[in-house]
Amino acid sequence: MTDKMLMILDKVNYVYSEDTAYQIQALKDVSFKIAEGQFIGIIGHTGSGKSTLIQHLNGLMKATTGSIYFHGQDIYDDDFDLRELRNRVGLVFQYPEHQLFETTIFDDVCFGPKNQGLKEEEAGLRAFEALRSVGLPEELYYQSPFDLSGGQKRRVAIAGVLAMKPEVLILDEPTAGLDPAGRDEILDLVARMHRERGITVILVSHSMEDIAKYVQRIIVMNHGEVMFDDTPSNVFAHYRELEAVGLAAPQVTYLMHELKSRGLSVNTEAITVEEARESLIGALTGIDSGRRDIR
Amino acid sequence: MIKAKQLVHEYIRRDEEGNVESVTTALDHVDLNVKPGEFIAILGHNGSGKSTLAKHINALLVASEGTLLVNGMDVSREENILPVRQSAGMVFQNPDNQIIASVVEEDVGFGPENTGVPTEEIWRRVEESLAAVGMLKYRHHSPNKLSGGQKQRVAIAGVVAMQPRCIVLDEPTAMLDPNGRREVIRTAHELNRASGVTILLITHYMEEVVDADRVLVMDQGKVVMQGTPREIFSQVGKLKEYRLDVPQVTILADLLRQSGLDIPRGVLRREELVEAVLRVAQVEDMQ
Repeated sequence: MTDKMLMILDKVNYVYSEDTAYQIQALKDVSFKIAEGQFIGIIGHTGSGKSTLIQHLNGLMKATTGSIYFHGQDIYDDDFDLRELRNRVGLVFQYPEHQLFETTIFDDVCFGPKNQGLKEEEAGLRAFEALRSVGLPEELYYQSPFDLSGGQKRRVAIAGVLAMKPEVLILDEPTAGLDPAGRDEILDLVARMHRERGITVILVSHSMEDIAKYVQRIIVMNHGEVMFDDTPSNVFAHYRELEAVGLAAPQVTYLMHELKSRGLSVNTEAITVEEARESLIGALTGIDSGRRDIR
Repeated sequence: MIKAKQLVHEYIRRDEEGNVESVTTALDHVDLNVKPGEFIAILGHNGSGKSTLAKHINALLVASEGTLLVNGMDVSREENILPVRQSAGMVFQNPDNQIIASVVEEDVGFGPENTGVPTEEIWRRVEESLAAVGMLKYRHHSPNKLSGGQKQRVAIAGVVAMQPRCIVLDEPTAMLDPNGRREVIRTAHELNRASGVTILLITHYMEEVVDADRVLVMDQGKVVMQGTPREIFSQVGKLKEYRLDVPQVTILADLLRQSGLDIPRGVLRREELVEAVLRVAQVEDMQ
Protein backbone atom coordinates (compact mmCIF):
# COMPACT_ATOMS: atom_id res chain seq x y z
CA MET A 1 0.00 0.00 0.00
CA THR A 2 1.37 3.38 -0.92
CA ASP A 3 1.13 6.51 1.12
CA LYS A 4 -0.10 8.43 -1.88
CA MET A 5 -2.91 10.70 -0.82
CA LEU A 6 -6.02 10.09 -2.79
CA MET A 7 -8.06 12.72 -1.14
CA ILE A 8 -7.46 15.59 1.22
CA LEU A 9 -10.17 17.52 3.01
CA ASP A 10 -9.02 20.87 4.35
CA LYS A 11 -11.32 22.65 6.83
CA VAL A 12 -14.51 21.72 5.04
CA ASN A 13 -17.61 23.50 6.32
CA TYR A 14 -21.14 23.04 5.12
CA VAL A 15 -24.10 25.12 6.19
CA TYR A 16 -27.68 24.17 5.31
CA SER A 17 -30.15 27.01 4.63
CA GLU A 18 -27.52 29.68 5.21
CA ASP A 19 -28.81 33.09 6.36
CA THR A 20 -32.25 31.76 7.23
CA ALA A 21 -33.85 30.91 10.57
CA TYR A 22 -33.23 27.23 9.79
CA GLN A 23 -29.49 27.58 9.37
CA ILE A 24 -27.67 24.43 10.48
CA GLN A 25 -23.97 23.82 10.29
CA ALA A 26 -23.76 20.22 9.12
CA LEU A 27 -19.97 20.08 8.76
CA LYS A 28 -17.52 22.01 10.91
CA ASP A 29 -13.86 22.31 9.93
CA VAL A 30 -13.62 18.74 8.74
CA SER A 31 -10.04 17.91 7.77
CA PHE A 32 -8.53 14.52 7.00
CA LYS A 33 -6.56 12.65 4.39
CA ILE A 34 -7.43 9.42 2.66
CA ALA A 35 -4.55 7.28 1.42
CA GLU A 36 -5.01 5.09 -1.64
CA GLY A 37 -6.29 1.63 -0.83
CA GLN A 38 -7.52 2.32 2.69
CA PHE A 39 -10.63 0.70 4.14
CA ILE A 40 -12.26 3.38 6.28
CA GLY A 41 -15.35 3.23 8.46
CA ILE A 42 -17.42 6.30 9.27
CA ILE A 43 -19.65 6.12 12.33
CA GLY A 44 -21.85 8.70 14.03
CA HIS A 45 -25.40 9.00 15.33
CA THR A 46 -28.29 9.96 13.04
CA GLY A 47 -27.81 13.56 12.03
CA SER A 48 -24.10 13.68 12.90
CA GLY A 49 -23.12 14.72 9.37
CA LYS A 50 -22.03 11.38 7.89
CA SER A 51 -24.25 11.51 4.83
CA THR A 52 -23.46 15.17 4.20
CA LEU A 53 -19.78 14.33 4.43
CA ILE A 54 -19.79 11.48 1.94
CA GLN A 55 -21.76 13.53 -0.57
CA HIS A 56 -18.92 16.04 -0.50
CA LEU A 57 -16.42 13.33 -1.40
CA ASN A 58 -17.81 12.87 -4.91
CA GLY A 59 -18.81 16.46 -5.44
CA LEU A 60 -22.58 16.00 -5.08
CA MET A 61 -22.54 18.71 -2.43
CA LYS A 62 -20.27 21.73 -2.48
CA ALA A 63 -18.58 22.90 0.71
CA THR A 64 -19.64 26.32 1.95
CA THR A 65 -15.98 26.96 2.78
CA GLY A 66 -12.84 24.83 2.71
CA SER A 67 -11.18 22.72 0.05
CA ILE A 68 -11.17 19.15 -1.16
CA TYR A 69 -8.29 17.76 -3.21
CA PHE A 70 -8.53 14.65 -5.35
CA HIS A 71 -5.12 13.37 -6.49
CA GLY A 72 -3.76 16.77 -5.57
CA GLN A 73 -6.28 18.73 -7.63
CA ASP A 74 -8.73 21.14 -6.06
CA ILE A 75 -12.15 19.81 -7.00
CA TYR A 76 -13.66 23.28 -6.77
CA ASP A 77 -11.31 24.68 -9.45
CA ASP A 78 -13.16 25.95 -12.48
CA ASP A 79 -11.36 23.57 -14.80
CA PHE A 80 -11.87 20.51 -12.61
CA ASP A 81 -14.17 17.95 -14.17
CA LEU A 82 -16.74 17.01 -11.50
CA ARG A 83 -18.32 14.45 -13.81
CA GLU A 84 -15.02 12.65 -13.94
CA LEU A 85 -14.81 12.77 -10.14
CA ARG A 86 -18.20 11.09 -9.88
CA ASN A 87 -17.00 8.37 -12.22
CA ARG A 88 -13.99 7.72 -10.07
CA VAL A 89 -15.68 8.02 -6.68
CA GLY A 90 -18.64 5.64 -6.68
CA LEU A 91 -21.34 6.31 -4.13
CA VAL A 92 -23.83 3.62 -3.10
CA PHE A 93 -26.71 5.32 -1.32
CA GLN A 94 -28.86 3.88 1.46
CA TYR A 95 -31.39 1.39 0.13
CA PRO A 96 -29.78 1.52 -3.33
CA GLU A 97 -32.24 -1.10 -4.60
CA HIS A 98 -34.89 1.64 -4.66
CA GLN A 99 -32.96 3.13 -7.54
CA LEU A 100 -33.16 0.09 -9.78
CA PHE A 101 -35.36 0.96 -12.73
CA GLU A 102 -34.49 -0.94 -15.90
CA THR A 103 -36.45 -3.90 -17.24
CA THR A 104 -33.55 -6.31 -16.93
CA ILE A 105 -30.76 -6.60 -14.40
CA PHE A 106 -28.17 -6.42 -17.16
CA ASP A 107 -29.57 -3.17 -18.60
CA ASP A 108 -29.68 -1.66 -15.16
CA VAL A 109 -26.00 -2.34 -14.55
CA CYS A 110 -25.14 -1.05 -18.05
CA PHE A 111 -26.74 2.30 -17.33
CA GLY A 112 -23.76 3.72 -15.41
CA PRO A 113 -21.01 2.87 -17.88
CA LYS A 114 -23.19 3.96 -20.82
CA ASN A 115 -23.76 7.25 -19.08
CA GLN A 116 -19.99 7.55 -18.80
CA GLY A 117 -19.93 7.61 -22.59
CA LEU A 118 -18.76 4.04 -23.12
CA LYS A 119 -19.89 2.16 -26.22
CA GLU A 120 -22.62 -0.46 -25.95
CA GLU A 121 -20.12 -3.31 -26.18
CA GLU A 122 -17.70 -1.96 -23.60
CA ALA A 123 -20.55 -1.11 -21.22
CA GLY A 124 -21.88 -4.64 -21.65
CA LEU A 125 -18.50 -6.12 -20.80
CA ARG A 126 -18.26 -3.95 -17.72
CA ALA A 127 -21.76 -4.95 -16.62
CA PHE A 128 -20.99 -8.60 -17.14
CA GLU A 129 -17.82 -8.34 -15.10
CA ALA A 130 -19.50 -6.36 -12.30
CA LEU A 131 -22.41 -8.79 -12.05
CA ARG A 132 -20.02 -11.70 -11.92
CA SER A 133 -17.98 -10.04 -9.19
CA VAL A 134 -21.04 -9.56 -6.97
CA GLY A 135 -21.77 -13.26 -7.40
CA LEU A 136 -25.16 -13.07 -9.07
CA PRO A 137 -26.09 -16.30 -10.92
CA GLU A 138 -25.86 -15.79 -14.68
CA GLU A 139 -29.34 -17.14 -15.39
CA LEU A 140 -30.76 -14.09 -13.62
CA TYR A 141 -29.00 -11.44 -15.75
CA TYR A 142 -31.87 -10.94 -18.17
CA GLN A 143 -34.66 -11.07 -15.62
CA SER A 144 -36.37 -8.13 -13.98
CA PRO A 145 -34.44 -6.77 -10.99
CA PHE A 146 -37.72 -6.42 -9.14
CA ASP A 147 -38.16 -10.17 -8.71
CA LEU A 148 -34.98 -10.54 -6.71
CA SER A 149 -34.65 -10.84 -2.94
CA GLY A 150 -33.62 -7.81 -0.91
CA GLY A 151 -29.99 -8.89 -0.66
CA GLN A 152 -29.76 -9.74 -4.36
CA LYS A 153 -31.27 -6.40 -5.38
CA ARG A 154 -28.73 -4.64 -3.28
CA ARG A 155 -25.91 -6.59 -4.92
CA VAL A 156 -27.23 -5.57 -8.34
CA ALA A 157 -27.28 -1.92 -7.24
CA ILE A 158 -23.69 -2.22 -6.05
CA ALA A 159 -22.75 -3.88 -9.35
CA GLY A 160 -24.17 -0.80 -11.09
CA VAL A 161 -21.61 1.34 -9.29
CA LEU A 162 -18.76 -1.18 -9.70
CA ALA A 163 -19.37 -1.28 -13.46
CA MET A 164 -18.19 2.33 -13.56
CA LYS A 165 -14.82 1.08 -12.24
CA PRO A 166 -14.47 3.60 -9.45
CA GLU A 167 -11.20 4.05 -7.55
CA VAL A 168 -13.15 4.78 -4.41
CA LEU A 169 -16.29 2.99 -3.30
CA ILE A 170 -18.42 4.75 -0.71
CA LEU A 171 -21.29 2.81 0.83
CA ASP A 172 -23.92 4.44 3.03
CA GLU A 173 -25.26 1.76 5.40
CA PRO A 174 -25.17 -0.99 2.82
CA THR A 175 -26.56 -3.64 5.17
CA ALA A 176 -29.57 -1.84 6.71
CA GLY A 177 -32.60 -4.13 6.62
CA LEU A 178 -30.70 -7.21 5.41
CA ASP A 179 -30.75 -10.54 7.20
CA PRO A 180 -27.48 -11.69 8.80
CA ALA A 181 -26.44 -13.84 5.85
CA GLY A 182 -27.25 -11.02 3.41
CA ARG A 183 -25.24 -8.65 5.55
CA ASP A 184 -22.20 -10.95 5.50
CA GLU A 185 -22.48 -11.42 1.73
CA ILE A 186 -22.43 -7.69 1.04
CA LEU A 187 -19.59 -6.94 3.45
CA ASP A 188 -17.50 -9.90 2.25
CA LEU A 189 -18.01 -8.68 -1.30
CA VAL A 190 -16.80 -5.19 -0.39
CA ALA A 191 -13.81 -6.62 1.50
CA ARG A 192 -12.92 -8.72 -1.55
CA MET A 193 -13.08 -5.67 -3.85
CA HIS A 194 -10.73 -3.93 -1.45
CA ARG A 195 -8.33 -6.86 -1.24
CA GLU A 196 -8.26 -7.92 -4.87
CA ARG A 197 -8.56 -4.63 -6.69
CA GLY A 198 -6.98 -2.35 -4.13
CA ILE A 199 -10.06 -0.18 -4.32
CA THR A 200 -10.38 2.43 -1.56
CA VAL A 201 -13.50 1.78 0.52
CA ILE A 202 -15.44 4.09 2.79
CA LEU A 203 -18.14 2.31 4.78
CA VAL A 204 -20.80 4.20 6.72
CA SER A 205 -22.48 1.92 9.23
CA HIS A 206 -24.47 1.82 12.45
CA SER A 207 -23.17 -1.63 13.27
CA MET A 208 -20.09 -1.34 15.43
CA GLU A 209 -19.50 -5.09 15.07
CA ASP A 210 -19.36 -4.83 11.27
CA ILE A 211 -17.09 -1.82 11.42
CA ALA A 212 -14.76 -3.60 13.86
CA LYS A 213 -14.57 -6.66 11.66
CA TYR A 214 -13.72 -4.95 8.39
CA VAL A 215 -12.11 -1.51 8.53
CA GLN A 216 -8.55 -0.31 9.13
CA ARG A 217 -9.46 3.13 10.31
CA ILE A 218 -12.53 4.76 11.85
CA ILE A 219 -13.65 8.34 11.54
CA VAL A 220 -16.22 9.25 14.21
CA MET A 221 -18.53 12.15 13.36
CA ASN A 222 -20.38 14.14 15.99
CA HIS A 223 -22.34 17.35 15.42
CA GLY A 224 -20.61 17.81 12.08
CA GLU A 225 -17.13 17.51 13.52
CA VAL A 226 -14.54 14.77 13.43
CA MET A 227 -14.51 13.46 16.98
CA PHE A 228 -12.00 10.62 16.55
CA ASP A 229 -9.92 9.48 13.60
CA ASP A 230 -7.83 6.45 14.48
CA THR A 231 -7.44 2.67 14.31
CA PRO A 232 -10.51 0.67 15.40
CA SER A 233 -8.95 -0.48 18.70
CA ASN A 234 -7.94 3.05 19.60
CA VAL A 235 -11.34 4.46 18.73
CA PHE A 236 -13.28 1.79 20.62
CA ALA A 237 -11.05 2.31 23.67
CA HIS A 238 -13.04 5.54 24.04
CA TYR A 239 -16.24 3.57 24.48
CA ARG A 240 -17.61 5.84 27.18
CA GLU A 241 -17.24 8.93 25.03
CA LEU A 242 -18.78 7.02 22.13
CA GLU A 243 -21.79 6.12 24.27
CA ALA A 244 -22.23 9.75 25.22
CA VAL A 245 -22.74 10.57 21.53
CA GLY A 246 -25.18 7.74 20.82
CA LEU A 247 -22.65 5.15 19.67
CA ALA A 248 -21.12 2.11 21.30
CA ALA A 249 -18.22 -0.30 21.15
CA PRO A 250 -18.61 -3.85 19.83
CA GLN A 251 -20.10 -6.21 22.41
CA VAL A 252 -16.90 -8.19 22.89
CA THR A 253 -15.02 -5.00 23.81
CA TYR A 254 -17.45 -4.43 26.68
CA LEU A 255 -16.98 -8.02 27.75
CA MET A 256 -13.20 -7.61 27.84
CA HIS A 257 -13.44 -4.40 29.86
CA GLU A 258 -15.71 -6.07 32.39
CA LEU A 259 -13.41 -9.06 32.75
CA LYS A 260 -10.45 -6.76 33.22
CA SER A 261 -12.23 -4.78 35.91
CA ARG A 262 -12.96 -8.07 37.67
CA GLY A 263 -9.28 -8.85 37.78
CA LEU A 264 -8.71 -11.05 34.75
CA SER A 265 -5.78 -9.93 32.64
CA VAL A 266 -7.29 -9.78 29.16
CA ASN A 267 -6.72 -7.64 26.11
CA THR A 268 -9.24 -4.78 26.26
CA GLU A 269 -8.22 -3.78 22.75
CA ALA A 270 -9.99 -6.84 21.35
CA ILE A 271 -12.81 -5.67 19.10
CA THR A 272 -13.70 -8.82 17.17
CA VAL A 273 -14.85 -12.24 18.35
CA GLU A 274 -11.62 -13.77 17.06
CA GLU A 275 -9.41 -11.35 18.98
CA ALA A 276 -11.46 -11.86 22.13
CA ARG A 277 -11.21 -15.62 21.79
CA GLU A 278 -7.43 -15.49 21.46
CA SER A 279 -6.99 -13.27 24.46
CA LEU A 280 -9.40 -15.27 26.63
CA ILE A 281 -7.82 -18.61 25.79
CA GLY A 282 -4.43 -17.12 26.57
CA ALA A 283 -5.62 -15.76 29.90
CA LEU A 284 -7.50 -18.90 30.91
CA THR A 285 -5.10 -21.62 29.89
CA GLY A 286 -2.12 -19.91 31.40
CA ILE A 287 -0.21 -19.41 28.14
CA ASP A 288 -0.38 -15.78 29.00
CA SER A 289 -0.47 -16.04 32.76
CA GLY A 290 -0.66 -12.53 34.01
CA ARG A 291 -3.73 -13.15 36.08
CA ARG A 292 -4.37 -11.12 39.17
CA ASP A 293 -6.75 -11.87 42.01
CA ILE A 294 -10.26 -12.49 40.76
CA ARG A 295 -13.00 -10.65 42.57
CA MET B 1 -54.40 -12.94 21.83
CA ILE B 2 -53.37 -14.10 18.36
CA LYS B 3 -54.39 -17.47 17.05
CA ALA B 4 -53.49 -18.60 13.55
CA LYS B 5 -54.61 -21.92 12.20
CA GLN B 6 -53.12 -23.26 8.97
CA LEU B 7 -52.76 -19.72 7.67
CA VAL B 8 -51.77 -19.53 4.00
CA HIS B 9 -50.94 -16.47 1.97
CA GLU B 10 -50.19 -16.59 -1.73
CA TYR B 11 -49.00 -13.64 -3.74
CA ILE B 12 -50.45 -14.18 -7.18
CA ARG B 13 -49.02 -12.38 -10.18
CA ARG B 14 -51.15 -12.02 -13.25
CA ASP B 15 -50.28 -10.89 -16.75
CA GLU B 16 -52.25 -8.23 -18.63
CA GLU B 17 -55.05 -10.65 -19.55
CA GLY B 18 -55.46 -11.68 -15.96
CA ASN B 19 -53.92 -15.11 -16.38
CA VAL B 20 -51.93 -16.33 -13.45
CA GLU B 21 -48.21 -15.87 -14.15
CA SER B 22 -46.75 -17.08 -10.90
CA VAL B 23 -47.76 -17.93 -7.37
CA THR B 24 -45.51 -17.28 -4.41
CA THR B 25 -46.47 -18.86 -1.14
CA ALA B 26 -45.45 -16.34 1.51
CA LEU B 27 -47.20 -18.10 4.38
CA ASP B 28 -47.41 -21.85 4.24
CA HIS B 29 -49.89 -23.27 6.76
CA VAL B 30 -48.74 -21.28 9.76
CA ASP B 31 -50.02 -22.22 13.20
CA LEU B 32 -49.45 -19.65 15.88
CA ASN B 33 -50.72 -19.10 19.38
CA VAL B 34 -49.70 -15.95 21.19
CA LYS B 35 -50.93 -15.46 24.74
CA PRO B 36 -51.88 -12.03 26.08
CA GLY B 37 -48.88 -10.24 27.56
CA GLU B 38 -46.26 -12.33 25.77
CA PHE B 39 -43.15 -10.78 24.23
CA ILE B 40 -42.49 -12.66 21.01
CA ALA B 41 -39.56 -12.13 18.67
CA ILE B 42 -39.75 -13.26 15.06
CA LEU B 43 -36.57 -14.01 13.14
CA GLY B 44 -36.17 -15.04 9.54
CA HIS B 45 -34.24 -14.05 6.43
CA ASN B 46 -35.47 -11.50 3.90
CA GLY B 47 -38.44 -13.03 2.15
CA SER B 48 -39.16 -15.66 4.80
CA GLY B 49 -42.70 -14.41 5.40
CA LYS B 50 -42.28 -12.38 8.61
CA SER B 51 -43.73 -9.14 7.28
CA THR B 52 -46.55 -10.94 5.50
CA LEU B 53 -47.52 -12.52 8.81
CA ALA B 54 -47.35 -9.11 10.53
CA LYS B 55 -49.64 -7.59 7.91
CA HIS B 56 -52.19 -10.33 8.48
CA ILE B 57 -52.28 -9.59 12.18
CA ASN B 58 -53.14 -5.99 11.31
CA ALA B 59 -55.76 -7.08 8.74
CA LEU B 60 -53.77 -5.41 5.97
CA LEU B 61 -53.78 -8.63 3.99
CA VAL B 62 -56.44 -11.26 3.47
CA ALA B 63 -55.48 -14.92 3.87
CA SER B 64 -55.75 -17.33 0.96
CA GLU B 65 -56.57 -20.17 3.34
CA GLY B 66 -56.85 -20.80 7.06
CA THR B 67 -58.07 -18.63 9.88
CA LEU B 68 -56.57 -15.94 12.04
CA LEU B 69 -58.11 -14.66 15.24
CA VAL B 70 -56.84 -11.44 16.79
CA ASN B 71 -58.23 -10.74 20.23
CA GLY B 72 -60.92 -13.31 19.47
CA MET B 73 -61.97 -11.62 16.24
CA ASP B 74 -61.78 -13.34 12.87
CA VAL B 75 -59.76 -10.94 10.67
CA SER B 76 -61.37 -12.20 7.48
CA ARG B 77 -64.73 -10.71 8.43
CA GLU B 78 -65.29 -7.27 6.98
CA GLU B 79 -66.88 -5.88 10.16
CA ASN B 80 -63.87 -6.92 12.22
CA ILE B 81 -61.24 -5.06 10.21
CA LEU B 82 -61.37 -1.79 12.14
CA PRO B 83 -61.65 -3.37 15.60
CA VAL B 84 -58.72 -5.67 14.72
CA ARG B 85 -56.58 -2.73 13.67
CA GLN B 86 -57.41 -1.05 16.93
CA SER B 87 -56.40 -4.02 18.99
CA ALA B 88 -53.21 -4.70 17.03
CA GLY B 89 -51.10 -1.65 16.23
CA MET B 90 -48.17 -1.65 13.84
CA VAL B 91 -44.80 0.11 13.77
CA PHE B 92 -42.74 -0.02 10.59
CA GLN B 93 -39.08 0.26 9.68
CA ASN B 94 -38.81 3.85 8.57
CA PRO B 95 -39.97 6.41 11.15
CA ASP B 96 -40.09 9.13 8.49
CA ASN B 97 -42.86 7.30 6.66
CA GLN B 98 -45.07 7.06 9.73
CA ILE B 99 -45.02 10.55 11.10
CA ILE B 100 -47.40 12.96 9.49
CA ALA B 101 -47.99 15.95 11.76
CA SER B 102 -45.63 18.88 12.28
CA VAL B 103 -45.83 18.76 16.08
CA VAL B 104 -45.14 15.62 18.11
CA GLU B 105 -48.33 15.71 20.21
CA GLU B 106 -50.52 16.23 17.16
CA ASP B 107 -48.97 13.24 15.49
CA VAL B 108 -49.69 11.06 18.51
CA GLY B 109 -53.26 12.37 18.70
CA PHE B 110 -53.97 11.71 15.04
CA GLY B 111 -55.10 8.10 15.49
CA PRO B 112 -57.58 8.61 18.34
CA GLU B 113 -58.91 11.74 16.68
CA ASN B 114 -59.55 9.76 13.53
CA THR B 115 -61.65 7.23 15.41
CA GLY B 116 -63.82 9.89 17.04
CA VAL B 117 -62.40 9.86 20.54
CA PRO B 118 -63.58 12.94 22.51
CA THR B 119 -61.04 15.78 22.67
CA GLU B 120 -60.35 15.60 26.38
CA GLU B 121 -59.80 11.89 26.17
CA ILE B 122 -57.43 12.42 23.20
CA TRP B 123 -55.22 14.77 25.21
CA ARG B 124 -55.18 12.40 28.13
CA ARG B 125 -54.10 9.55 25.86
CA VAL B 126 -51.49 11.69 24.10
CA GLU B 127 -49.94 12.57 27.43
CA GLU B 128 -50.02 9.01 28.71
CA SER B 129 -48.55 7.49 25.56
CA LEU B 130 -45.79 10.07 25.27
CA ALA B 131 -44.94 9.45 28.92
CA ALA B 132 -44.94 5.70 28.32
CA VAL B 133 -42.27 6.00 25.61
CA GLY B 134 -40.35 8.67 27.52
CA MET B 135 -41.01 11.45 25.02
CA LEU B 136 -43.37 13.69 27.00
CA LYS B 137 -40.93 16.57 27.20
CA TYR B 138 -40.75 16.67 23.41
CA ARG B 139 -44.51 17.05 22.97
CA HIS B 140 -44.28 20.51 21.46
CA HIS B 141 -41.29 19.72 19.25
CA SER B 142 -41.24 19.26 15.52
CA PRO B 143 -40.72 15.55 14.69
CA ASN B 144 -38.18 16.28 11.98
CA LYS B 145 -35.74 17.68 14.53
CA LEU B 146 -35.72 14.44 16.52
CA SER B 147 -33.18 11.63 16.28
CA GLY B 148 -34.14 8.36 14.59
CA GLY B 149 -34.76 6.59 17.89
CA GLN B 150 -36.89 9.47 19.17
CA LYS B 151 -38.96 9.53 15.98
CA GLN B 152 -39.52 5.82 16.24
CA ARG B 153 -40.66 6.25 19.86
CA VAL B 154 -43.12 8.93 18.72
CA ALA B 155 -44.43 6.46 16.14
CA ILE B 156 -44.83 3.90 18.94
CA ALA B 157 -46.64 6.50 21.08
CA GLY B 158 -49.01 7.07 18.17
CA VAL B 159 -49.84 3.37 18.25
CA VAL B 160 -50.08 3.28 22.06
CA ALA B 161 -52.59 6.15 21.95
CA MET B 162 -54.98 3.79 20.17
CA GLN B 163 -54.82 1.59 23.27
CA PRO B 164 -54.04 -1.61 21.41
CA ARG B 165 -53.77 -4.96 23.17
CA CYS B 166 -50.93 -5.94 20.91
CA ILE B 167 -48.18 -4.09 19.02
CA VAL B 168 -46.38 -5.54 16.03
CA LEU B 169 -43.00 -3.94 15.39
CA ASP B 170 -41.67 -4.77 11.93
CA GLU B 171 -37.90 -4.16 11.98
CA PRO B 172 -38.30 -0.97 13.99
CA THR B 173 -34.55 -0.56 14.50
CA ALA B 174 -33.19 -1.30 11.02
CA MET B 175 -32.44 2.34 10.29
CA LEU B 176 -31.30 3.44 13.74
CA ASP B 177 -27.93 4.07 15.37
CA PRO B 178 -26.93 1.99 18.44
CA ASN B 179 -28.51 4.42 20.88
CA GLY B 180 -31.74 4.59 18.92
CA ARG B 181 -31.90 0.81 18.77
CA ARG B 182 -31.51 0.54 22.53
CA GLU B 183 -34.20 3.20 23.16
CA VAL B 184 -36.74 1.45 20.96
CA ILE B 185 -36.15 -2.04 22.35
CA ARG B 186 -36.23 -0.75 25.92
CA THR B 187 -39.52 1.05 25.17
CA ALA B 188 -41.07 -2.13 23.78
CA HIS B 189 -40.10 -4.06 26.91
CA GLU B 190 -41.40 -1.33 29.20
CA LEU B 191 -44.78 -1.27 27.46
CA ASN B 192 -44.91 -5.02 27.76
CA ARG B 193 -44.04 -5.01 31.46
CA ALA B 194 -45.96 -1.95 32.62
CA SER B 195 -49.21 -2.35 30.73
CA GLY B 196 -49.11 -5.97 29.64
CA VAL B 197 -49.25 -5.13 25.94
CA THR B 198 -48.48 -8.17 23.82
CA ILE B 199 -45.42 -7.49 21.65
CA LEU B 200 -44.39 -9.09 18.38
CA LEU B 201 -40.93 -7.89 17.43
CA ILE B 202 -39.57 -8.65 13.98
CA THR B 203 -35.85 -8.02 13.71
CA HIS B 204 -32.54 -8.94 12.08
CA TYR B 205 -30.51 -8.00 15.14
CA MET B 206 -29.98 -11.12 17.20
CA GLU B 207 -29.02 -9.12 20.29
CA GLU B 208 -32.50 -7.60 20.44
CA VAL B 209 -34.07 -10.98 20.88
CA VAL B 210 -32.36 -12.26 24.03
CA ASP B 211 -34.95 -10.81 26.43
CA ALA B 212 -38.03 -12.06 24.57
CA ASP B 213 -40.27 -14.70 26.18
CA ARG B 214 -40.32 -16.73 23.01
CA VAL B 215 -38.58 -16.69 19.64
CA LEU B 216 -40.10 -17.87 16.37
CA VAL B 217 -37.92 -18.56 13.37
CA MET B 218 -39.54 -18.39 9.95
CA ASP B 219 -38.29 -19.87 6.71
CA GLN B 220 -40.12 -20.18 3.40
CA GLY B 221 -43.39 -19.14 4.95
CA LYS B 222 -43.26 -21.69 7.75
CA VAL B 223 -42.49 -21.42 11.43
CA VAL B 224 -39.47 -23.72 11.56
CA MET B 225 -38.17 -23.15 15.08
CA GLN B 226 -39.85 -22.07 18.27
CA GLY B 227 -38.58 -21.73 21.81
CA THR B 228 -36.95 -19.55 24.43
CA PRO B 229 -34.01 -17.43 23.25
CA ARG B 230 -31.66 -19.86 24.98
CA GLU B 231 -33.15 -22.87 23.23
CA ILE B 232 -33.02 -21.12 19.86
CA PHE B 233 -29.52 -19.67 20.11
CA SER B 234 -27.98 -22.92 21.28
CA GLN B 235 -28.60 -24.25 17.75
CA VAL B 236 -26.00 -22.19 15.91
CA GLY B 237 -25.70 -24.50 12.92
CA LYS B 238 -29.42 -24.65 12.28
CA LEU B 239 -29.76 -20.86 12.51
CA LYS B 240 -26.98 -20.39 9.96
CA GLU B 241 -28.89 -22.66 7.59
CA TYR B 242 -31.81 -20.28 7.88
CA ARG B 243 -29.46 -17.37 7.02
CA LEU B 244 -29.53 -16.15 10.60
CA ASP B 245 -26.93 -15.61 13.24
CA VAL B 246 -26.46 -15.67 17.01
CA PRO B 247 -25.37 -12.84 19.31
CA GLN B 248 -21.61 -12.17 19.41
CA VAL B 249 -21.27 -13.33 23.03
CA THR B 250 -22.95 -16.62 22.13
CA ILE B 251 -20.49 -17.17 19.27
CA LEU B 252 -17.57 -16.34 21.55
CA ALA B 253 -18.86 -18.66 24.29
CA ASP B 254 -19.19 -21.44 21.71
CA LEU B 255 -15.66 -20.92 20.42
CA LEU B 256 -14.29 -21.03 23.97
CA ARG B 257 -16.15 -24.25 24.70
CA GLN B 258 -14.83 -25.78 21.48
CA SER B 259 -11.33 -24.93 22.68
CA GLY B 260 -11.97 -27.16 25.66
CA LEU B 261 -12.96 -24.57 28.25
CA ASP B 262 -15.79 -25.37 30.62
CA ILE B 263 -18.32 -22.79 29.39
CA PRO B 264 -22.03 -23.71 29.42
CA ARG B 265 -24.15 -23.87 26.28
CA GLY B 266 -26.62 -21.18 25.27
CA VAL B 267 -24.90 -18.16 26.84
CA LEU B 268 -26.88 -15.11 25.71
CA ARG B 269 -25.82 -12.11 27.73
CA ARG B 270 -22.53 -10.47 28.44
CA GLU B 271 -22.93 -10.85 32.20
CA GLU B 272 -23.42 -14.60 31.85
CA LEU B 273 -20.22 -14.97 29.87
CA VAL B 274 -18.31 -12.78 32.34
CA GLU B 275 -19.38 -15.06 35.20
CA ALA B 276 -18.68 -18.23 33.24
CA VAL B 277 -15.20 -17.06 32.28
CA LEU B 278 -14.40 -16.00 35.84
CA ARG B 279 -15.53 -19.40 37.15
CA VAL B 280 -13.14 -21.11 34.74
CA ALA B 281 -10.36 -18.77 35.85
CA GLN B 282 -10.98 -19.58 39.52
CA VAL B 283 -10.94 -23.32 38.92
CA GLU B 284 -7.65 -22.93 37.05
CA ASP B 285 -6.27 -20.93 39.96
CA MET B 286 -7.05 -23.66 42.46
CA GLN B 287 -5.28 -26.31 40.45
